[in-house]
Amino acid sequence: MRFLDYIIEMLHITKTFPGIVANDDITLQLRKGEIHALLGENGAGKSTLMSVLFGLYQPEQGKILISGSEVKIRNPNDANRYGIGMVHQHFKLVHNFTVLENIVLGVESTRNGFLEMQEARDKVMELSGRYHLKIDPDAIISEITVGMQQRVEILKMLYRENQILIFDEPTAVLTPQEIIELMKIMRELVEEGKSVLFITHKLNEIKEVADRCTILRKGKKIATVLVSETSKEEMSRLMVGRSINFNIEKPTLELGNEVLRADGLTVRDPRSGKNWVDHVSFSVNQGEIVCVAGIDGNGQSQLVYALTGLLPLDEGKITFCQQDISHMSTKKRGALGLAHIPEDRHKHGLVLDYRLDENLILQNYDQEPFSSHGFLRFADIHRYAEHLIEQYDIRSALGGETLARSMSGGNQQKAILAREIDRNPELLIAVQPTRGLDVGAIEYIHQQLLAQRNAGKAVLLVSLELDEVMDVSDRIIVLYEGRVVADLQPDQVTIEELGLYMSGSKVGDGFEKK
Amino acid sequence: MALKRNRWMKSILSVIPSLLAIVAGFLLGFLILIIVNPNQALEGIAIILKGGLNKGMTGMGQVLYFATPIMMTGLAVGFAFKTGLFNIGASGQFTMGAFAAIYVGVTMKWLPTSIHWLIAILAAMVAGAIWGFLPGFLKAYRNVNEVITSIMMNYIGMSAVNIMIRATVYNKLKNESLPVAAAANIPKWGLNQIFPYPSMNGGILIAVLFVIIIYIVLEKTTFGYELKACGLNKDAGLYAGINAKRNMVYSMMISGALAGIGGGLLYLSGSGKYMKVIDIIATEGFDGISVSLLGMSHPIGILFAGIFIAYIKVGGFNLQLLNYDQEIINIITAAIIYFSAFALLFRSRIQGFLTRREQTKADEEPEVGESQ
Repeated sequence: MRFLDYIIEMLHITKTFPGIVANDDITLQLRKGEIHALLGENGAGKSTLMSVLFGLYQPEQGKILISGSEVKIRNPNDANRYGIGMVHQHFKLVHNFTVLENIVLGVESTRNGFLEMQEARDKVMELSGRYHLKIDPDAIISEITVGMQQRVEILKMLYRENQILIFDEPTAVLTPQEIIELMKIMRELVEEGKSVLFITHKLNEIKEVADRCTILRKGKKIATVLVSETSKEEMSRLMVGRSINFNIEKPTLELGNEVLRADGLTVRDPRSGKNWVDHVSFSVNQGEIVCVAGIDGNGQSQLVYALTGLLPLDEGKITFCQQDISHMSTKKRGALGLAHIPEDRHKHGLVLDYRLDENLILQNYDQEPFSSHGFLRFADIHRYAEHLIEQYDIRSALGGETLARSMSGGNQQKAILAREIDRNPELLIAVQPTRGLDVGAIEYIHQQLLAQRNAGKAVLLVSLELDEVMDVSDRIIVLYEGRVVADLQPDQVTIEELGLYMSGSKVGDGFEKK
Repeated sequence: MALKRNRWMKSILSVIPSLLAIVAGFLLGFLILIIVNPNQALEGIAIILKGGLNKGMTGMGQVLYFATPIMMTGLAVGFAFKTGLFNIGASGQFTMGAFAAIYVGVTMKWLPTSIHWLIAILAAMVAGAIWGFLPGFLKAYRNVNEVITSIMMNYIGMSAVNIMIRATVYNKLKNESLPVAAAANIPKWGLNQIFPYPSMNGGILIAVLFVIIIYIVLEKTTFGYELKACGLNKDAGLYAGINAKRNMVYSMMISGALAGIGGGLLYLSGSGKYMKVIDIIATEGFDGISVSLLGMSHPIGILFAGIFIAYIKVGGFNLQLLNYDQEIINIITAAIIYFSAFALLFRSRIQGFLTRREQTKADEEPEVGESQ
């Protein structure tokens, strides 16, 4: 009688968009009380499938069964009524509201038209205690950590008494410690009888918590497997359609000339006067990948902004290819051969309402052959875009004419990567270039970074992923509270040790605070 | 082939919402005519629809005469909007431009007659640009909201111009500006032969020229690429090394210059129109916002929107023959703008409908060789 155990069945779902079949006859069955992982590359159709379940899209074909009976989900309110809740990858919280206000938003209890918060507060605190979701109900959202924001999102679902909890790539924004915490919470949720759908492309996490895993590829369902009986290699092969090489080959190289030297860089928060970046010194040579490791928010972003000219330097000196660029404009630094894959591809990396081809010339629109005498030359721009699209395998519905906004995250990132690498830079600064990407795309981006290094160029990689830090880099600089606390070789340090440096529990020789 | 069809489809789609808004606006206008006087409502709406065509080419001349200044202010608002700025100060810039043109037209009679009007227009352009520069500068370097500063600049501009008229080119008897030299009026370039409307002049050609120039600047130049990039995403602009602050100032200056030229074109039209010394903000600036909204900030759209709004305005004048108030036209125009705000809704609905139809068609006749 296994059949009756399914709490949600999505049967033969087909959903098409102009030019793309996003979901092609996909069947997904979620058992009561299981953690079911949904695995697939970017653009495999995971988000579309979840949007169908959440009532944001209507499928052309197929049906949805909840506890065995067919239902129509027309909008998120319907989904909520059927007990389906979702933690989105980008949280849907009101930033200037308190935690408690966010949790009750939309389902407030009132008396005579006035808010009745005490009841809500009691219920929230009870849930918080039962599931070990530590929160401060009166804290303002914008002032709490991302990890706590996520707990608020989970509490929102629990407060609405949702039985089916969807997590859309929940670990992408968390620190290693917070990830462990989240895994524990997910297990507790299913022990309490909830069912969890866990969207991810991190195989380690699936191995860690999931019971079963449904794998999608290019809009089709490939398989549903028992996680305990399937190896990571097997799952990744099913996901990408080919074997993935988890070991990165790095030929030993002679270090070349110094490309970048930072001397005592200091960037202050103009409001608090606190040092975002605190007397940071390091250098990067030709033929090496130097990795800046650290927990998010320890000055990495500001360090990169200072290096690229997006933030003014308060103290210190940046030497790039034997030139003092400390106070040079972003444009001039770029012309000297400094390329930048930004942390936030939507904020800095792309003009989302420009087309792909217009985005591909964002750094050199004012140079030959893309323009002459101040006029854009569309034929050349288009030809160049076609060339990059082909060479870097950037997939989109309408080629160069696709609006950047409508492209998948992985392909947006590929477009930025193509644009920056194709400038043939002396130094490539890549900030979390693989964030939110799937295994196939990560492998590809790592290969491109290595190709830069092997071609005798310099790479400065800022990463929060410990695996990435250990695998890709030739040298690791650890930032903690804006200061360099260690300068390490990856083969002389363990992941655990690196974690200690990152959390400030350990400081390398010669890096003690003066 | 498919791409080309797609592009056509897109341009057609982008016009439909405005057309729907116009139809809805007329329906509302008709309703009001019925409420005011049911007997003549049908005749009334017919007059509005006939608009400028009522008197043949003469009427069309009147339409073009009315369209000229609001096309310029519309272009000013639309250009700023495309670059991420909301220029509510077109009125003030228009007024400053108008005064500068009149001042040059009245006082600098020593200028060669062949270029007197051109210098006057250039003065209008510079005055408008200065009036646009201030809000632009404050926005870029002091982060002051341009909406607020440009609104305030409207009042400063109005009062300053009143003071300056009184001090320089004042006709005391009529409480208005003095007439400009004949050479300061814009040449007619034979347009009065085609459109026998007394005030007909070459201003409309100058406005169309600026429509084309702005279209080229926005769509074909690196400067336009920069301006739009900063308007759509300031951070990406900075990342690409574009000087976003300087561009913001340029953008407001160009916007102000366009509105200023609009002022010059109206008061150098040789139509016997003089600047009154009154405490009312020039309505052309606000008409510009309507024109820009209806034209969806696109230069070509603004061209047609300007002509259209002028067209129904002329209809409004004729409406008085039936003892209706011509203000009904203002209600209709306002309704059209309101409905334009729903435009995006219409647009996504239509797009959804068309793509669905496209899809079913594609399903019926599968294409070969189109791989994803």
